[in-house]
Amino acid sequence: MTATTAPPGVEAGARPRRRPLAWVTDHWLVKSIILVIVIIWLVPTVGLLITSFRPTDDINATGWWTVFPHVFDKATWTIKNYDAVLSRQGFGNAFLNSLAVTIPSTVIPITIAAFAAYAFAWMDFKGRHVLFVVVVGLMVVPLQMALIPILRLYTAGAQVFGVTIFPDLDLNGTYLAVWLAHTGFGLPLAVYLLRNYIGSLPSEIMESARIDGADHFKIFTRLIIPLSVPVLASFAIFQFMWVWNDLLIALIFLGGEPQNRVLTQALMELNSSRGQEWQLLTAGAFISMMLPVAVFFSLQRYFVRGLTAGSVKG
Amino acid sequence: MTSPLVMKEERPEPHLGISEPAPRGRGPLLAVLRAVAALAIPVIGFLVLWLTFNFLRDSEANRVAVVGVAVVVGVGGIWILYWSMDLLVSSLLPERLRESVRPAVFVGPALVLLGVYLVYPLVNTTILSFKDAKGESFVGLRNFVDIFTKSDTLVAIRNSMIWVVVVPLAAVVVGLVFATLADRLGRRAEAMSKAMIFLPMAISLVGASIVWKFIYSFRSAGFGEQIGLLNGIWMGLGNQPVAWLLQEPWNNLYLMVILIWLQTGFAMVVLSAALKSVPEDLVEAARIDGASERQVFFRVVLPSISSTVVVVLTMVTIVVWKVFDIVFVMTGGRFGTSVVAQRMVTEFFTYRNDGIGAALAVVLFIGVIPIMVVNVRKFRQQEERR
Repeated sequence: MTATTAPPGVEAGARPRRRPLAWVTDHWLVKSIILVIVIIWLVPTVGLLITSFRPTDDINATGWWTVFPHVFDKATWTIKNYDAVLSRQGFGNAFLNSLAVTIPSTVIPITIAAFAAYAFAWMDFKGRHVLFVVVVGLMVVPLQMALIPILRLYTAGAQVFGVTIFPDLDLNGTYLAVWLAHTGFGLPLAVYLLRNYIGSLPSEIMESARIDGADHFKIFTRLIIPLSVPVLASFAIFQFMWVWNDLLIALIFLGGEPQNRVLTQALMELNSSRGQEWQLLTAGAFISMMLPVAVFFSLQRYFVRGLTAGSVKG
Repeated sequence: MTSPLVMKEERPEPHLGISEPAPRGRGPLLAVLRAVAALAIPVIGFLVLWLTFNFLRDSEANRVAVVGVAVVVGVGGIWILYWSMDLLVSSLLPERLRESVRPAVFVGPALVLLGVYLVYPLVNTTILSFKDAKGESFVGLRNFVDIFTKSDTLVAIRNSMIWVVVVPLAAVVVGLVFATLADRLGRRAEAMSKAMIFLPMAISLVGASIVWKFIYSFRSAGFGEQIGLLNGIWMGLGNQPVAWLLQEPWNNLYLMVILIWLQTGFAMVVLSAALKSVPEDLVEAARIDGASERQVFFRVVLPSISSTVVVVLTMVTIVVWKVFDIVFVMTGGRFGTSVVAQRMVTEFFTYRNDGIGAALAVVLFIGVIPIMVVNVRKFRQQEERR
């Protein structure tokens, strides 16, 4: 479709659609309202981005909106702020830590949820409906409920009448502690979304594979996983964003040691220790949002699909 | 320290004696080999995982190497776990038992994790909320009485209530207006403009807080020019600069703006999908019957997306109710801006008061129970429609 170059009228004609707000007959009015909202929504991020590339003295002397007359002036821009933040403020290290936390915290829950979703959808065992409803119900247990008990579990284990039922593994401050926490908290939604998708796959595929002698494990790895790529991708992006942007779990289970810090922690620390040094704060904030924004723009379709999957019926 | 994990691995051994005669028709040597492999692979796997795990704790190691190993171990480990469990089941158990044990292999890890990370804390936090600051002796309802009588926590509860009403409503109204208007644009322009509104969804709450802290930034007289955008505009209109985040009670609203900025994109995308699924015949029929466009929107379009509106409202409400990062970063809960979730972390970590912290967590949980009921009911309806 060559709609990109077609004038609005032609476009509307080419797509005979209902127009819920057709009483706003002037097309320019619609456009300008949208433009205003878009500008309001973009300005905060743009201001941050511009500021992060300005020299410290300029940032403190004038507002970022004054750069526009000097856009092509070389002295207007610098990358020193990024240099300072990445090396001296430990953001380079924090970026790596964020990767080490986020990638397993995305893959582990998806794997566990996919196995469980397959079992809930296609295996016969006692109480699977009840269990599934319980799992879905757990979706709304607030994260905050888990903080204190899990932290105690990590630092002291659990004993019932003097019998150790959960050993003291000294997990706090390790990647594993954070992976497992993110996995536990992400599982209900993951199981719910994946079970809905995997359960809707045609049963003929499963039956013919079984006749060919495949067992559940083979069916799962060779058939279900490849067929479920769209929903797996949707949830993966969703979980990736959530873990990358999380502060609370990292703060509590990863602890305060500087070499372990993830980006959100580093940014928070920077804010509390150097809250008025905008050259550092803006560059740090931009570093922390670079990857999720890139992921978002390249995989937007999957992300949107994941968001709408649970909310729009039909 | 390694003993607990290794111990766990040796447990399947008793099966060995039972299952050895089971594989008939094949050489006994093969059966033994399979059994040995089935036992050895998980044990070796766990030892390797454990060693690398200890390597990850070694703070002196090269950071890039640590991260690389962490990713490989985390991602590979979980697949090795399932693979070796399946191997155990299919080579050690007699055939008639396999099919009944296999579901446990598939669902088991999920249930164990859910039990440890959600069910156990649910019980434990509830018990803890009736105990004192150190979690040692029971104090009855005192924590809850404190929460609902002391002014600090009452302010947090009041603020959370306001957040929960204002943010979801604002996000849904702006999102719906934008989705409806964008629907009238060309396809390209629609996608572009929606992406711009949606973009903040990719930003962390901490990052967003920094973005807006910069907008609200203020300098007292004599400390240089105002570099915050809001004060820039405010002074451009001929006013004196304002320390926005100190203006009680309006500073709460300024913090809410941040979450509205983040959540509108979500509401807009979901509502836009719902708008596009409104059947065309329905709208056309209303038009033919002489309904004005305003009537078409409010009497036909809006009612048919109402269930989606409710879902979006509840989902945003849950996010808002649990918001912590924004207040924590922007004001630390000072200047009358604290909210329940942030207060809970402060009680727990700063004041080391486990009892009050747990009680606040319980308040948070009780607050979402009505939403849980709606969710489960909706899920039941969906299941019936299948």
